[in-house]
Formats: sequence, structure tokens, C-alpha cells
Amino acid sequence: MSDKFKGIEPMVYNSKINVPYSWWAGDTATKFFISLRDEKKIIAPRCTGCKKIFLPPRKVCPECFNENTEWVNVSDEGTVQSYTIARRHLESIPKNKKVPVIWGLIKLDGADTALLHYLDDVRPEDVKIGMRVKAVFADSRKGTIRDISHFQPVKSRV
Amino acid sequence: MDRAAIIGIGMTKIEKNKVRDTFADMVWEAVNSALDDAGMTINDIDNVITTSSDFWDGRTISCMAVGDASGAAHKNVSCVEGDGTYGAFYGMTRSLSGSYKTTLVTGHSKGSQSVSSLITNSAFDPIYERELGMDMITACAMQANSYMHRTKTTPEQMAMVSVKNHGNAFKNPVAQLPMKISVDDVLKSEMIADPLHKLDCSPVSDGCCAIIIAHESVAAKFKQKPVWVKGVSFCADSFFFGDRDISRAKSLTRAAKNAYAMAGINDPKSEIDVAEIYDAFTYQELMWLEEMGLANDAAAGKLLEKGEFNMEGRLPVNASGGLLSGHPVIAAGLYSMSEVVKQIRGDAGEHQVKKAKTGLVQGVNGLGGQSHCVWILDKDK
Ligand SMILES: [Zn+2]
Repeated sequence: MSDKFKGIEPMVYNSKINVPYSWWAGDTATKFFISLRDEKKIIAPRCTGCKKIFLPPRKVCPECFNENTEWVNVSDEGTVQSYTIARRHLESIPKNKKVPVIWGLIKLDGADTALLHYLDDVRPEDVKIGMRVKAVFADSRKGTIRDISHFQPVKSRV
Repeated sequence: MDRAAIIGIGMTKIEKNKVRDTFADMVWEAVNSALDDAGMTINDIDNVITTSSDFWDGRTISCMAVGDASGAAHKNVSCVEGDGTYGAFYGMTRSLSGSYKTTLVTGHSKGSQSVSSLITNSAFDPIYERELGMDMITACAMQANSYMHRTKTTPEQMAMVSVKNHGNAFKNPVAQLPMKISVDDVLKSEMIADPLHKLDCSPVSDGCCAIIIAHESVAAKFKQKPVWVKGVSFCADSFFFGDRDISRAKSLTRAAKNAYAMAGINDPKSEIDVAEIYDAFTYQELMWLEEMGLANDAAAGKLLEKGEFNMEGRLPVNASGGLLSGHPVIAAGLYSMSEVVKQIRGDAGEHQVKKAKTGLVQGVNGLGGQSHCVWILDKDK
């Protein structure tokens, strides 16, 4: 069966799927992003049932099936729950980022769930589970998750 | 409850790049081989479930595009987007519904045709996460760090999973990547995302698998020995990574418990003879085994060192070579089910394990195992 293709290049149709798409961020994310952009404050919704505080913010408590209606301030400092360091420039990594790129799963003080973000201003070999980090805000903020530039190690206070 | 059985299986060889096969070509091959295996014609099939992902297929309503090759014309055909085990779950419920007696379930994908990193990046939340540029490998690398931190599993133990499964693949004619490698080879392979080396990760693969699930009233009507579904359960966890303790898989523990209870299994460690586990990455085989109670907590690495999960061991795991030796996303779970069906029938040829009365199959979907489907298959009804 494969003989009929002997010496013939199979035909391949090359294409690229590129559909412009605008996601409505929703009122919950909008409130969170406005606070980041205008006040450099990290706020999060709290479930009125189990009192859990959720980052990233979302409208519904996954445990209680309640609408989260209260908002609270959470700290810009937290603890690294886990991390990884990309050594290869995977296609998903933004073009302007240079490897190694480090991501952390960060539980901010006051929140009950952890947020994914970049870890930076740290040597890859110094990143550890349990390390304390602090948010660094972007100078120019546009109301996106990148209004936090990255998290960096908390400088030890003497 | 009425019972269901798997009465036919068929698959293409798993390959790095099936450049000469379209999706429909692969489906045609797998479906005809499943019908032959069962001793059925397409007229004996009451309804069809296809399993695929629009992003991987590069088109919308991807499942419908393989309807012709699945013999679905004029039949009720429905699509599942997820692992093949989820398509099979839906297919089984249809065979038990009273409306249909036989269901053909297919699953296909061609990783070779696109860029996995970009496809899996799209699984992240577009508002909060996607632009950070993570993908499946980096998400699972984060989970691996978390699992290693909690259990003290070592990189060497993880590497041994790769050595074992690539070695098993030599005896499985449909496996893509049999390799004779050492722990050192794994540890010296390119570090892609700490702690995952290249040989800790499954390859990019193409393939299609099909199975036929029948209601008990017709299960013995055709030529093949039925393999019975004794237990099955499907559970999902929270979507956001940071909501979960990613060193654990709560939804898998629950799915396994449900499936054991349904199958009347009290001690899975001694009652399961053979298992196909979703080893997309080395650490996952160890972690999933523990989370399903097939190894004690934090002990799977040590049991692996003792050879318990080898072909000749207490519980042969991924005798097929597993997904590390060929990982056609979506189709993967159906390949695992077919492998256990072969083992239970005694049809696994060179990679047949000694005792295979009761087998376990696990399918996974979502970042770092957000959801899991566990099957207990058995020789006896
Ligand atoms: Zn709640």
C-alpha cells in the first residue's frame, strides 16, 4: 500500500489558525483588575458560606455553590507552593521572555487558594517550595494579570 | 444494574508522524479492525461515539468530520471532547440505556500536525493565566516538584519509570518508541522544565483506537470473548491549579474508590492483576498508583525499585510501554482499555502478563490531572 507513494512527497496543506477573539473579562475579574491597575492592591472575593477567599477571583464558590459577594484585601506577600523553571523556549512562552522562565504557584497571605505567576529577581537554583515572595507591580498598568510584573523573594528584614 | 462488556477492539500503530493518513484514514483503519475483531459488520453497530478535540484537530466540530469513516451515517452519533475513556464512559451508558445494544467508540488525534505547547497553553484560563505562557509540560513539571517535595520521590525513581516502559514497548507491536535506555540516559537528557527531562515526557504521537461496547443481552452474540465492565467511575477536580493540592489527585482517589466499590474490590493491591496507568510524564505513573491505593502513600518509587511494577512483578504496570512509548492524546485512554482487554483475553502476545483476570485502566484529562476515569475490567461477569 505504501508503494504507491514511493518517490512521491505526500501533499501537506499548511495553514495557521488565527482567529481574533475578545473575552469579556466579567464583572469579578474587572473589579480585581481595576484594583491592581489603579491602587496596586490585590483584592479577592470571599464565600459567605465557607469563608474561603479565592485567587484568582471567581464569582462562584466551587465547594458551596454559593455566589461570592464580599471582597477583602489580601497581602502582596505570600508563599511559593510549587514552581517550575523552563529551560527550553517552549512555543507557549511569550517571545519577549528569555529562558530560564520561572513560574510559581503562590498562596498570598490571607487567600485560601494559590495564584500562578512569574517568579523573577531570583537565581533559578535559589527557588524553593515554601520560600516567601512579594508582588512587584508593573510601572505601566493596563488592567491585566501582567499589572503584577512578577513575584520576587522577600528581602530578609534584620 | 444491567451489565456491559467490551466485545471488539481495533487500533492503528502509534507513530510519530502518520503523514500519509488523514484523520478519517486512521479512523477507517481502526474501526474496521475493531469490527473484524468482534466479528461484526457496521450494520451490527447501533450508535457511535467519536472522541476528539477541536484544537488538536485544527477544525470545529472535529468529531463530525470522522462520522463517515465511523459508519455513523443515519445513526445517532455524539461527540466527546476529552480522553478516550470518557468517550467510552458515555458509550457504555448508551449501551445500557435501553435505546441501543451496541456502541462503537472511536478516539483519534495527530499531535504531529500542530504545536502541542500552543494547544495546551489554550487550556489555561484566558483572563488570568494564559498570557503567562505555561503549557502542559510546565504545569505538570510544577506538579512533579510538588509531588517530589511531599513524597521524597527521587529523579532516579522517576527515570526508572521511563526505563521500564520504553523497555516494555519492545514487545508491543503498536508502540511508537521502544528504547533500551538507562536511568543515566534519562537524567542526562535535556532538562525541559525542572524537574522533567526530555525522557521524563511522553512523545508527540498520531493514532486512532476504536472499541465496541455491548449490552449483556448481546455480548455473547458475536465471535469475541466479552471482557466485562465490573466497575467504572469518572470524577473531576477544581479547574484552577491553585485550588488543588497539586501533589495529590483527590478526584482520582474518589474515582478509584467508586470503581472498586462497584466491582466489589476490597483490596485493590491484591485483586488487580494488570494496570494501564496514564504515564504522560514519569512521575505520574507513581503518583497515580499511590492516589488509587495501588501503592502506599509515598511508596511507589521504592516499590518500582523492587521491580513490583515490572512485567514479572506483583502488579505489571504499563506492560504495553504506556504513553511514554506513544501518546496519541484523546485516543490514549482507548489504547489503554484495548491493552487491558488484550491482556484479559490472553491475546497480548509477547507482552502477555502471567495472570490477567482483573485489570485496571485510568484515563486523564485537564492540566495536571484535573479529571480521571477509572475502569475495572474482568474476564468474568
Ligand atoms: Zn464556600
